[in-house]
Amino acid sequence: MSSAPADAALKILVIDKDPIRRAILDAGLHEAGFANVILLGETSGLLNHIYRIDPDVILIDLENPSRDVLEQMFQVSRVVRRPIAMFVDQSDRETTRAAVEAGVSAYIVDGLKQGRVKDILELCISRFNAVARLQDELDRAKSALEERKTIDRAKGILMQAKGLSEEQAYALLRKTAMNEKRKIAEVAQAVITASELLK
Amino acid sequence: MTARTTGTARLTIGFIPLADAAALIVATDRSFAAEEGLEIDLVREVSWSNVRDKLNIGLFDAAHLLAPLAIASSLGIGHVKVPLTVPFNLALNGNAITVSPALWTALSAARDGDLADPAVSARALAGVVAARKARRLPPLTLAMTFPFSNHNYQLRFWMAAGGVVPDDDVQLVVLPPPYMAESLGNGHVDGFCVGAPWNSAAVDLGIGHILHFGSEIVARAVEKVLAVRRDWAEEHPDVLARLVRALDRAASFVADTANREEVAALVAAPRRLNVAPEIVRRTLDGRLRLAADGSIRASDRYLVVGGRGANRPDPVQAAWAYAQMVRWGQAALSPELLAAATDVFRPELYEAAVGASARAPEDAPADGIGAFAGPLFDPHDIAAHLAAWPIRRA
Repeated sequence: MSSAPADAALKILVIDKDPIRRAILDAGLHEAGFANVILLGETSGLLNHIYRIDPDVILIDLENPSRDVLEQMFQVSRVVRRPIAMFVDQSDRETTRAAVEAGVSAYIVDGLKQGRVKDILELCISRFNAVARLQDELDRAKSALEERKTIDRAKGILMQAKGLSEEQAYALLRKTAMNEKRKIAEVAQAVITASELLK
Repeated sequence: MTARTTGTARLTIGFIPLADAAALIVATDRSFAAEEGLEIDLVREVSWSNVRDKLNIGLFDAAHLLAPLAIASSLGIGHVKVPLTVPFNLALNGNAITVSPALWTALSAARDGDLADPAVSARALAGVVAARKARRLPPLTLAMTFPFSNHNYQLRFWMAAGGVVPDDDVQLVVLPPPYMAESLGNGHVDGFCVGAPWNSAAVDLGIGHILHFGSEIVARAVEKVLAVRRDWAEEHPDVLARLVRALDRAASFVADTANREEVAALVAAPRRLNVAPEIVRRTLDGRLRLAADGSIRASDRYLVVGGRGANRPDPVQAAWAYAQMVRWGQAALSPELLAAATDVFRPELYEAAVGASARAPEDAPADGIGAFAGPLFDPHDIAAHLAAWPIRRA
């Protein structure tokens, strides 16, 4: 008979300063049947929080300097109540590598069966990567919006200075960009800079 | 990285923003690395765990690492076993013990001599600890940066010499360096041992009093090393030698006081430590303001980045770090583990790369370590050495 806690009872502590990613991890873990998930955003007095929560599994984002605090829990000493080990699947270095690259690390209570923990970690890796992709898309959307604004301003300047229509102004920007092998937004920025210099 | 015997090699090297990364920063941001055909991408990290893991799995080619952590990783203590090679010391010393104004006052009241003497301050600490016990106050909390660090070992060595049992009489906790000053200010910790510039940061905020330089506890302790995976070192001997040469020249440049202003600016830059250059300069000069009253302590041993034979990895230093792991119950004592620990430090790689052996300075301690208390260190008989210490976990 195994006394290991069932998935629903497994107490999982998620330490992540990013509130969006924290919520996404929480949702993902619940969907996968892990009901006992505790979220922690701030990390001052981390060790005390961990003792109070007494988790079976700890997940922490690698941007968090408090990760080193967890190293102390590997030590057998008076301050450590339950020894914790870093989750490393010796037979599967790829998972460890994928976790580090995604920016997450897992710690488990010493002696806990590793099979389900690997599932948890893999779920976190995929969510971390998904959040990174979303962030990337958001950054790109933001910069596309900025480019759009720049091009609109440059069009306005050209329309006024050269008496062009909007279509003609855009065609001029595009033709110049093609000739100079530059992006339209770069040419537009140059137009804006030049017009400010000539003011 | 692209490894070739000639042409440019690209290296990704992890570092923690501390003044003892100076040689690595100067080698990269001045011409030293380029002159050896190296293009270094320095990656700033937030935790030693990250640096260790990224070095272990190959995301980093090399790393700025705590010397004891390089040994722990090679022995497989506390984490997966990944044998590392140390061809270069990045710095000796550089830590300091800082206490809160309240603990400073208590130590001053309990002292039987000059608190600048670590034997006196350690006895005073024992007095404060006993008085707190008698009044049923919670134990003092002291912070350090990592279980496998000189910060941990120097704090323990110091207090144990005064009769304080580190694992019973005080609470020793790990704290990331940027949180040290804040924790001292809000009373979460009563003191800490950390590297530069974090002691000065606490003093400048008026919430800390520097009690000791690490070099007053141990005169010659290797603090940070350049670490690479052993298999990587074997596969890229030429690139490694070029890196050691670049670092050696950079370390000498840092050591030359004529270059202080330029070095402080490079090290303090936003992409590197992101602090005021003045604070780096104070560290390199070994002149630290101790407290809000403006008192100064100066020592040319405070932090040694180059010169004085500092950069040559010394197996005796590795043996001393291993002896501390044994003393505090982190590692078992065995001839095999001792040999594995000393094998991490490779002076012959350093000497082959720079073309000469660096001599220790004439004021180097007789045993190469120079601890303020106890018998001289004997790397060949660690058991007898540790037997001299009644307070230990081994």
